[in-house]
Amino acid sequence: MRAVATIFRRELAGYFATPLAYVFIVIFLVMAGMLTFFVGNFFGRGQADLEPFFAFHPWLYLVLIPALSMRLWAEERRSGTIELFLTLPIRTTEAVAGKFLAAWCFAGIALSLTFPFWITVNILGRPDNGVIAASYLASWLMAGAMLAVGACVSAVTKNQVIAFVVTAALVFLFTAAGAPAVLGALSGWAPQWLLDASVQMSFAGHFSAITRGVVDLRDVFYFVSVMVAFLFANAILIDLEKAE
Amino acid sequence: MLEIRHLVKHFGALVAVDDVSFAVARGEVLGFLGPSGAGKSTTMKMITGFVPPSSGTSVICGYDILRAPLAAKRCIGYLLEGAPAYPDMTPAAFLEFVAHIRGFRGREAKRRIGRIVETIHIADVMHQPIEILSKGYRRRVGVAQALLHDPPVVILDEPTDGLDPNQKYEMRRIIDEMRPNKAIVISTHLLEEVEAVCSRAIIIAHGRILADATPAELARRSRRHNAVRLAAAGISEARLRAELIRLPMVAAVEAAPDGEGVSVFPRDGQDIVADLADLARAHRWPVTLLRVEQGRLDEVFREITTAAAAPAAAAA
Repeated sequence: MRAVATIFRRELAGYFATPLAYVFIVIFLVMAGMLTFFVGNFFGRGQADLEPFFAFHPWLYLVLIPALSMRLWAEERRSGTIELFLTLPIRTTEAVAGKFLAAWCFAGIALSLTFPFWITVNILGRPDNGVIAASYLASWLMAGAMLAVGACVSAVTKNQVIAFVVTAALVFLFTAAGAPAVLGALSGWAPQWLLDASVQMSFAGHFSAITRGVVDLRDVFYFVSVMVAFLFANAILIDLEKAE
Repeated sequence: MLEIRHLVKHFGALVAVDDVSFAVARGEVLGFLGPSGAGKSTTMKMITGFVPPSSGTSVICGYDILRAPLAAKRCIGYLLEGAPAYPDMTPAAFLEFVAHIRGFRGREAKRRIGRIVETIHIADVMHQPIEILSKGYRRRVGVAQALLHDPPVVILDEPTDGLDPNQKYEMRRIIDEMRPNKAIVISTHLLEEVEAVCSRAIIIAHGRILADATPAELARRSRRHNAVRLAAAGISEARLRAELIRLPMVAAVEAAPDGEGVSVFPRDGQDIVADLADLARAHRWPVTLLRVEQGRLDEVFREITTAAAAPAAAAA
């Protein structure tokens, strides 16, 4: 556990040692704001809630989360520090957990900096703050699931661009899985179980279920199990592919 | 303290390391020599648990790297080839990270970092990012990281590669100082280094151990061991050759590479300098140069490693 905490601290500090963290946070806040106000018509719809803010998170994360996860392992492979790191007396699972938690915590920091939206909507009206809290939780869980996918992809390449593109593609599949367009394309020829599975696998589906204000344990369990599964795969891939 | 048992590593059809076994005791400095691509680095990566061996294992202080990797890794200090480190960290932050990972906290971590910083002389760069440090400093930070926990087994992959002569001297001094309490393995392709710091040398090529001896023993295998350089003013090279070759203990006489006098090679490496001196005195040669050669490690190295390459090339 101590090793996880040490790795976590080093990785988190690593984000802030370069301009990456600040660039990421600024872009995240600007994009979130623009989508909310211009595309989501935050003021025009005349409702005191953050629905237009959260609705775009899956699509915003599609671009930003792979940017966060791509360097996790690829950078260590490229610079050769992975050998230094993995010949220290730590378990591979500790290394995977420490890195992931740092990235997830960083995503949480970026997300929490959107608090002015929450304040604004409370000044303008009387929103259901329970729904907003649940939406924040959903958004953070979804970010975690996407980061786990990205960490796993990053573990098998030393090229950050490849890590970014592959992660974005995988995350897109997971996000779009339950969308009407996908279901429409599948229905008619694909078996019913595939349609059901597609709906069940959707990040966006589970995300919007929680943002409606009902924190169903099944939705939470879904995101947590995606994280555990991909991090487990991440650890196995690191053990198998240590020296490529 | 360090025992390598029948390590084998295949990469696809290529056999990178082929049944390598050896042991290193406390107080020994083992030079691990070989041409590029001989399997040196792969062997070190297997010893330190980074690369899983195809078969065989290594045992560090009684801990099998495959069965008890954490305990084994705690006993090893490892300087990687090129000494990679996190470029955006400072040596201070980096060493603190390694100290924490190795289980040292608070005052104990500070004490250990302070001591190693003093031994390795990196105090003046402690707060600069590692990426802007010179090669020499970067290497030293790598050594500091490897020795922080005072490990009984130290593995250094090319510790002086790319260092200037002063830095090399300094690195050898550090190795020499820690030698009594540790088992040390140094991989290198610099033969002068082996002569300077190693108590034993292993030569490896094509993944196999070809020689395992002290540097002096290896040098004795050289054709040049006990050869004598002889030059005399006004006596032609042809004349010297003609007289010298008659001696029963002389195997061959060759023109010296720098053109001054001749090199006289003895039969079976025997000591011939006294006989040559007698001969010169008998002929009243005005001798200007008479020197016994020690045998050159680089020649032995080339003989051993190229002899191993020949049958392999023939088979292919």
